[in-house]
Amino acid sequence: MELQTFTPSLEISSCTKQENTEKSHHITQKGICLDQPFPDEDNSRLVYINDPRRTNHKYEFSGNEIRTSKYTVVTFLPKNLFIQFHRLAYIYFLVIAGLNQLPPLAVFGRTVSLFPLLFVLFVTAIKDGYEDWRRHRSDRKENNREALVLQCGNFVPKKWKKICVGEVVKINADESIPCDMVLLGTSDPNGIAYIQTMNLDGESNLKTRYARQETISMVVEDTFTGLIRCEHPNRNIYEFTANMEFSGKIIPLGQSNIVLRGCQLKNIEWIIGVVVYAGQETKAMMNSTASPSKRSRLESYMNRETLWLSVFLFVMCAVVATGMGLWLVRHLHQLDTLPYYRRKYFTNGPDNGKEYKYYGIAMEVFFSFLSSVIVFQIMIPISLYITMELVRLGQSYFMIEDRHMYDIASNTRFQCRSLNINEDLGQIRYIFSDKTGTLTQNKMEFRRASVYGKDYGNSHQNNVTTFETISEGELEEPTKQSEINVDSELLALLQRGIEGEERIAAHDFFLTLSACNTVIPMGKKYSSPNSDNKAVEAGAIDYQGESPDEQALVIAASAYGYALLERTTGHVVVNINGKKTRLDVLGLHEFDSVRKRMSVVIRFPNSSVKVLVKGADSSMLGILDVEDSRNTKVKQPTENHLVDYSSHGLRTLVIAARDLNDAEFSEWQARYEEASTSLTERSTKLRQAASLIEKKLILLGATAIEDKLQDGVPETIESLRQAGIKVWVLTGDKQETAISIGLSCKLLTLDMHQIIINGSSEDECRFLLANAKAKYGIKSEQSRDGTLKSKKKYDYDIVDCNDEKRTHGILITETGKQDPRYSGFTDNELRLSCEKYAVSDDIPLALIIDGNSLVYILEKDLETQLFDLATSCRVVLCCRVAPLQKAGIVDLIKSRTSDMTLAIGDGANDVSMIQMADVGIGICGQEGRQAVMASDFAMGQFRFLKRLLLVHGHWNYQRIGYLVLYNFYRNAVFVLMLFWYVLCAAFSSISAVTDWSSVFYSVIYTSVPTVVDNISLSKFKNLLAHYSPYNDFGIASSLSLHCDPSDFLAF
Amino acid sequence: MPKGGHVDDYASMGEGLATSDEKERAWGQISETEKGDDNVRGGPAEDDDRRSGAFFQILDSRFTQQELPACKPLLTPTIVISTFALIGILFIPIGLASLSASENVVEIVYRYDTECIPQQSQDDKVAFIQSSATDKTCRTTLTVPKNMKAPVHIYYELYNFYQNHRRYVKNRNDKQLRSKEYELETTNCAPEATTVDGSPIVPCGLIAWSLFNDTYSFAIQNKAIEVNKKNIAWQSDKDEKFGSDVYPKNFQQGGLIGGAKLNESIPLSEQEDLIVWMRTAALPQFRKLYGRIETDLVANEQISVTIQNNYNTYSFEGEKKLVLSTTSWIGGKNDFLGVAYLTVGSLCLFLALAFIVLYLLKPRTLGDPSYLSWNRNPDRH
Repeated sequence: MELQTFTPSLEISSCTKQENTEKSHHITQKGICLDQPFPDEDNSRLVYINDPRRTNHKYEFSGNEIRTSKYTVVTFLPKNLFIQFHRLAYIYFLVIAGLNQLPPLAVFGRTVSLFPLLFVLFVTAIKDGYEDWRRHRSDRKENNREALVLQCGNFVPKKWKKICVGEVVKINADESIPCDMVLLGTSDPNGIAYIQTMNLDGESNLKTRYARQETISMVVEDTFTGLIRCEHPNRNIYEFTANMEFSGKIIPLGQSNIVLRGCQLKNIEWIIGVVVYAGQETKAMMNSTASPSKRSRLESYMNRETLWLSVFLFVMCAVVATGMGLWLVRHLHQLDTLPYYRRKYFTNGPDNGKEYKYYGIAMEVFFSFLSSVIVFQIMIPISLYITMELVRLGQSYFMIEDRHMYDIASNTRFQCRSLNINEDLGQIRYIFSDKTGTLTQNKMEFRRASVYGKDYGNSHQNNVTTFETISEGELEEPTKQSEINVDSELLALLQRGIEGEERIAAHDFFLTLSACNTVIPMGKKYSSPNSDNKAVEAGAIDYQGESPDEQALVIAASAYGYALLERTTGHVVVNINGKKTRLDVLGLHEFDSVRKRMSVVIRFPNSSVKVLVKGADSSMLGILDVEDSRNTKVKQPTENHLVDYSSHGLRTLVIAARDLNDAEFSEWQARYEEASTSLTERSTKLRQAASLIEKKLILLGATAIEDKLQDGVPETIESLRQAGIKVWVLTGDKQETAISIGLSCKLLTLDMHQIIINGSSEDECRFLLANAKAKYGIKSEQSRDGTLKSKKKYDYDIVDCNDEKRTHGILITETGKQDPRYSGFTDNELRLSCEKYAVSDDIPLALIIDGNSLVYILEKDLETQLFDLATSCRVVLCCRVAPLQKAGIVDLIKSRTSDMTLAIGDGANDVSMIQMADVGIGICGQEGRQAVMASDFAMGQFRFLKRLLLVHGHWNYQRIGYLVLYNFYRNAVFVLMLFWYVLCAAFSSISAVTDWSSVFYSVIYTSVPTVVDNISLSKFKNLLAHYSPYNDFGIASSLSLHCDPSDFLAF
Repeated sequence: MPKGGHVDDYASMGEGLATSDEKERAWGQISETEKGDDNVRGGPAEDDDRRSGAFFQILDSRFTQQELPACKPLLTPTIVISTFALIGILFIPIGLASLSASENVVEIVYRYDTECIPQQSQDDKVAFIQSSATDKTCRTTLTVPKNMKAPVHIYYELYNFYQNHRRYVKNRNDKQLRSKEYELETTNCAPEATTVDGSPIVPCGLIAWSLFNDTYSFAIQNKAIEVNKKNIAWQSDKDEKFGSDVYPKNFQQGGLIGGAKLNESIPLSEQEDLIVWMRTAALPQFRKLYGRIETDLVANEQISVTIQNNYNTYSFEGEKKLVLSTTSWIGGKNDFLGVAYLTVGSLCLFLALAFIVLYLLKPRTLGDPSYLSWNRNPDRH
């Protein structure tokens, strides 16, 4: 057994070799078909391989140094001041301080009047500086990492920041890629490389990249020459067009030949590549939008209020100045001798008759205006800004120290990375959440199975104990391997001899699970201490695959004794209950979105040929053999199980198989061979070949996989929704996955109408949007007509109200192609509102939209339509979205409403969204630190969001709101008193109170209510028990209404 | 927006973490990157025992967890009504007491600025008052309306004299007043800072220059009543602000005489009239203490007053009054305080009664969310 553990790893190289020769061959062909992408050289960047000097000679390509910090030592002062003076109040106070420097106006001491402003500026600058210093530090750490760079024929370590375009870099296993590189060669003779792109798109599975056959020779011969022409740096991580001129040939390069910065090399010893984009020009960096300085809503509000206050102040000063003018005119003839004015000198000397500090009425009026500005300056509360900063600091302390937001599992507590926007947490109306790693743990788990019409694994209590030890062990490592609950009954069934229909069905069922997939088994250097055979097997083989679902299925199969040991293009080796069986794979039809199923044709050792199929229930149930007696028996219970599974939020797959007779097989084989070597319309031909065998299937059963949610996610979403917050999920996953997750985390409920937008052109999107709007926007009865039709056409799939369909057992069958014009849309759309529900306002709507449609919608004028539709839906799910699209969606809401938005995510693909939203929250997950670095707050678990928003957010907002209001009120009282006094002092701007009293006024005299109130608020927690979060939140939002000028003037 | 919603007790969120022995553990570093696998126990945070692996110490005090006892009074009808009633009940007696005290103060006010100008000079009062040749003595008789117990305070009251004017208030130099060594310090004192030859005026500035110089003497049945002019200034002013070694110098020798002259042999700290005058009044109508009569005055007694009418208020339409007044515990005669107390008190009592009536006639449950603004107006989301 021990030996077997390691054999697969040896086999892999050979199997991948075959695959990849094939694939790269294919690519070569495809590349030749392509037009020359760069006819003119101005539009491209020229990279001379291993000749950085020449490469960088003409164009100044950026070096590989990255910078996420805002300031440098030189720019810090001007830039920071510039940013700080965005605050209206600061400018105001600068002006006041400036005025006070003028001799005729000096109400207060000249230098002293500068101190408050300087102090505030200084403190803020220190804070900003510290934050930026931390960014510098992380940048430096990143920049000083080392990579092997080819220099004079040898690979020598070089710091990342020194790497420049055109250099040849060697990356070893598990290292991060320092810049965007074109693959030249890998340790694999076929030039294959596996990379993990988690930091880029959040997907944790491995992706394969290939070096061109032509360049592999370069590596072998150790001569690196050639010229790469590639497009200018852009942020599209899914595209790369370039070609390479190499020994007279022009080789096309594509997306599969480039490895991007931020990815990690996996499962391959080393790769060699040439740098094409470096530093800020890498796709990863281009995708991270510059982190903007966020300012809280309340603060912008305050700035606006400040403007109003300035108007008020202006009026007051104007009154004083006018009064002064009138008074002067009235007393003009007395001024000379007036004992309390004495305009003139009366001496016996030369000064006699000269005027003393008198500049004429106009000037006196003007000065009177300015000096009253100085006297009434407290009207605009500069100290409030610094007070708010201090209060926020305290609030951050409370949030960080909150034991309810301390994550024990990852040993992280709450982090406040931005101190400016605490109170915004109490005003959130939209939450944009990432799915993978945020809502879910990104662990697929095989939960239940329906085999031959019998449901297994529904009760957790009788789960077998043999694997518990393993599960515990696995938890210690953050691998994607999941805990498998083995149903003892099913296991017992499998242990029986192969006889009886049920047993055979179970056998085929698990065989399908282990064989019908693209998962590659890999040996792991980890050996379980457990001596149990199966346990060792399950733990010792690491299954790598593009789809985590498939991994889960394969792992499940191995737990039931059908362990996949080897996979090559020609055969698979499955360990069936301890017996190694080699199965020849004659053909494999990969999963595609049209068929929504996958099939594999297998020849058993006894020469019988079988086709094993697994696929989505909608596509599978229609192609079963209706005449077979087994199907009639099994179908109904299986369907019931499927409904049951999906109502639990599990992802379901239907498993079916069929024996092929010789005639069928040879017919298929001919078509298959032809299709797979075809140069044109390969996929269509393959599909046609598949349809030959994917019919008249025998239903074996169904599987249910759980994408495990994080703790408390459904409850949190529920509470947030009750608080009136809209939760949108933006995910890179495919539509079906997104919907099933939506269901399991109670985001989508079965009574919701799902509106699905997935067009592949602008017109389609426009039509879909308009249609949905027309249907749900207007309370119409017309949509009831014709809803009974269930039709499906068009390549893009208009979705099947999954739930209703299942409930009623209505299957959607393909009724053939109809007129592929847009006239067909109506029926499609109408079908959406399945017959049972009349469309009306009180039925919650859910909008599901995919990334492709978003491309058309966000770039065009359809934005408004999407916005209208989305805001009238209770739930919005966006699937297959790229990082920048996430930001685009956030921006959609942000730019069109005044509502606060919050984005939460854990991966680097969420960074732009996090930065775009008013409040960005990073989950300290397994997917690196980028999200946390870009976020304003970071925490360990999604469920803390509830406490963060509904408790802390509420407190923060309430307290700061109180502080601001009280400050405005207090200052208004004070200034109005001063104003009254000035009226009593012949409009001469004099302060009614002494300097010390002015100071004590705010510090001591009026501080008591604030202190008392803030202490009392602490216990507000108890009151929360009596308030639903919603009401609670309402209080917070009502507070924002209080902050308007009319209320203020009412003071 | 969903209505209602379930009750959610935040206090119970993650309750399991509450108590315990965390203080025994050392403070941890913030280092997510360094976390070791063996410290990550996995699983939900419900289990008390799992906390033992924590690096961080969350300070489990009632302060950091914001669980300090506090009370936030809910404004229930009972509390509101009783608060108002209490204020009313407290304030009305206080108001009545102050009002009666103010009533008991006996005050004689006599405006003399016009009456003390002879008939022939009424047309040009300024010329009369500025002339050094005219006799400015002015006699009158005042009747004591009620018994006045000693000490009877003598005030002069000026009207329309802006002692609070910015130009005026600042026109002094406290340093010079305080000590002899700063005699040359005359900043802010212009135009009464120095004499022509540049030597400083002590005390400098407009305030001192405009020192009030009317004098009063009293007699009952030709028997002079002694006016005590000692201790009319604040003791602190005498001790701290006006130096005992500072003697008036070059005072009142400019082209325009503002008011009284000072005896150059008496230090400033003993020039109490000056000290009183230099404590500038807050409002344009003000009284300043002139002196005290240390004998009781009996009702209906005739006091003959001799006024030296020197001070020029005529050039700016000012008024001058002589005031004789007793004091009570609220000070001089002042009805404002009592009236204010009475007004607020009765208003509160009225509100209390109004709320009681409202509460009895139209009661509603406390904390009904349907009354909230955002519920009344469902359009606003």
